[in-house]
Amino acid sequence: MNVLHFVNAFFSDGAHWQGYDGIPQRFWEHVQYSVLALAVASAIGLPVGLLTGHTGRGGNALALIANAARALPSFGLLVLAVLLIGFGLLPVMIPLVVLAVPPVLVTTYEAVRSVDPAPVDAARGMGMHESRILFHVELPVALPLILSGLRSAAIQIVSTATIAAYVSLGGLGRYIIDGLYQRDYEKVVGGATLVAALALATLALFWAAGRLTVSPGVRRR
Amino acid sequence: MIRIDSVTKRYPDGTVAVDRLSLEIPDRSITVLVGPSGCGKTTTLRMINRMVEPTEGTILLDGEDIQRQPVTTLRRSMGYVIQNAGLFQHRTIVDNIATVPRMLGWGKQRARERAVELMERVGLDTSLAKRYPYQLSGGQQQRVGVARALAADPPVLLMDEPFSAVDPVVRKGLQEELLRIQGELGKTIVFVTHDIDEAVTLGTMVAVLREGGRLAQYAPPAELLSTPADGFVEDFLGADRGIRRLSFFPAAPLELSTDAVVPADAPAERIAAVGSPYLLVTGPDGRPLGWAERDRLTDGTVDTGRLLPYGRPFVPGADSLRVALDCAVLSPTGWAVAVDADGRVTGVVSQRTIGEAIRAAHSAGRAEDEKVAG
Ligand SMILES: Nc1ncnc2c1ncn2[C@@H]1O[C@H](COP(=O)(O)OP(=O)(O)OP(=O)(O)O)[C@@H](O)[C@H]1O
Ligand SMILES: [Mg+2]
Repeated sequence: MNVLHFVNAFFSDGAHWQGYDGIPQRFWEHVQYSVLALAVASAIGLPVGLLTGHTGRGGNALALIANAARALPSFGLLVLAVLLIGFGLLPVMIPLVVLAVPPVLVTTYEAVRSVDPAPVDAARGMGMHESRILFHVELPVALPLILSGLRSAAIQIVSTATIAAYVSLGGLGRYIIDGLYQRDYEKVVGGATLVAALALATLALFWAAGRLTVSPGVRRR
Repeated sequence: MIRIDSVTKRYPDGTVAVDRLSLEIPDRSITVLVGPSGCGKTTTLRMINRMVEPTEGTILLDGEDIQRQPVTTLRRSMGYVIQNAGLFQHRTIVDNIATVPRMLGWGKQRARERAVELMERVGLDTSLAKRYPYQLSGGQQQRVGVARALAADPPVLLMDEPFSAVDPVVRKGLQEELLRIQGELGKTIVFVTHDIDEAVTLGTMVAVLREGGRLAQYAPPAELLSTPADGFVEDFLGADRGIRRLSFFPAAPLELSTDAVVPADAPAERIAAVGSPYLLVTGPDGRPLGWAERDRLTDGTVDTGRLLPYGRPFVPGADSLRVALDCAVLSPTGWAVAVDADGRVTGVVSQRTIGEAIRAAHSAGRAEDEKVAG
């Protein structure tokens, strides 16, 4: 009996493909949690990172807060959130967002900071407004690094979103937690495989996004 | 006209970068700011487009204080070129050049057409239009920088060491190009460099700044070379100031000798009549072939297979005394060869004759200076 055997058994069982506990349903739930968490984290991390990166102010304070946030254990945060606000989607989102904001924010800040100052100087000298400098001069060049921050945040969210199952929500974590409880290792391994597959798909998605949005002049090919 | 009126810049850390500087920058000409590193050239330039705000004093543009108009309006009326061009690496060459027109609300098509027109103007092959900056050489990038600054046809061009990051040959090409463009467009250009040769080549007026941001001398280049204001300017001009000054004297007044110029098929009597030890031999088209030594001719006629090289000739109507002297110094015989625009020999001239012409030019120059002073 090996892992491959479990994987094979799990995926070839027709019952695993249907109903509210079927693979498509759980997969879809997992994707929803992940996208929501990443959207919220981006809504916080991107503007703050872009603004502080452009002005160069508040960077040190940011790094401090971000590192502190990184030290928080996701599971502990989840338990705390449930104790404070009860069950539901919100307590799951809190640890996921707290997990994702630091990489998004810090890489965005660093990305904008590291843009060559010469074109920015040239742009300012030709009378470009600051917002236009940020979005038309700095952002296009900082984009690859910003995307890499979003990507690592997304990967972390996808793997951590399994904790939703602890608080009776769905997602791929269900298979892992239920499988462990029921000593159904087939289910555990199957769930873990699906999480890994989703992480890989996320990687592919970001690769494609990079190809589409980053200028060939920045990619240098 | 740009008038810098007793302007001082003190940075927050206490550094005085510019100290009570006053300059009148004439319209439609190139004014060069030159001086050693850290003497406040960049600071001065950047105060003109308010990238740096002066601590004291005012800057007037056509009689109006530059503080009185919105900073973006001011900057859009001034092209700005920096050392490494500062191109937008995510944009193609045309789109880089079209930046300001687009910002001013021009349509995409019109802005691009204008950009292509400017590529031609600055001597860039329009086949480069769709490339990205990383696919261009440093010299080409610098040309794009100049084209981008000219795109919306601003009356003023501010240039901060635009050519100092390229090699000397490319730099020379870019300087010639700038002079040509300036001849066509007549912009008011303020040009910063730390290279005195570049300053003398490009400047209609040259402002020499010294450490601490004080003005050492403000004069046309010829005057700078002939009468440096003080020891600092003299040192800054370098040891070959006298030679460099010769660039400002035309070679046209040189008295050419045609006695020693003989065609390759000249008969022995004609050659025997030549007084000098060397003969400049010309071909049937009148172009120079080389020097023959009279004492070493075999049967009194020229053997074109045994000539000394004639070096580089000069064109009296177009070249300066500096070029003529250089030709004479490099010539194996000590004589410089003068040719017309088609390369036909018009005569030869000795180092001694050039020396006399230099002395004459200097005393004429002094008389001129005295007339101006008196
Ligand atoms: N932002 C700043 N803060 C403090 N000091 C500055 C600042 N910018 C320039 N300086 C100082 O002001 C002086 C003049 O600087 P500036 O850049 O104008 O010199 P420069 O003549 O352009 O020199 P270079 O030839 O090296 O470019 C220098 O001593 C420099 O260190
Ligand atoms: Mg400088």
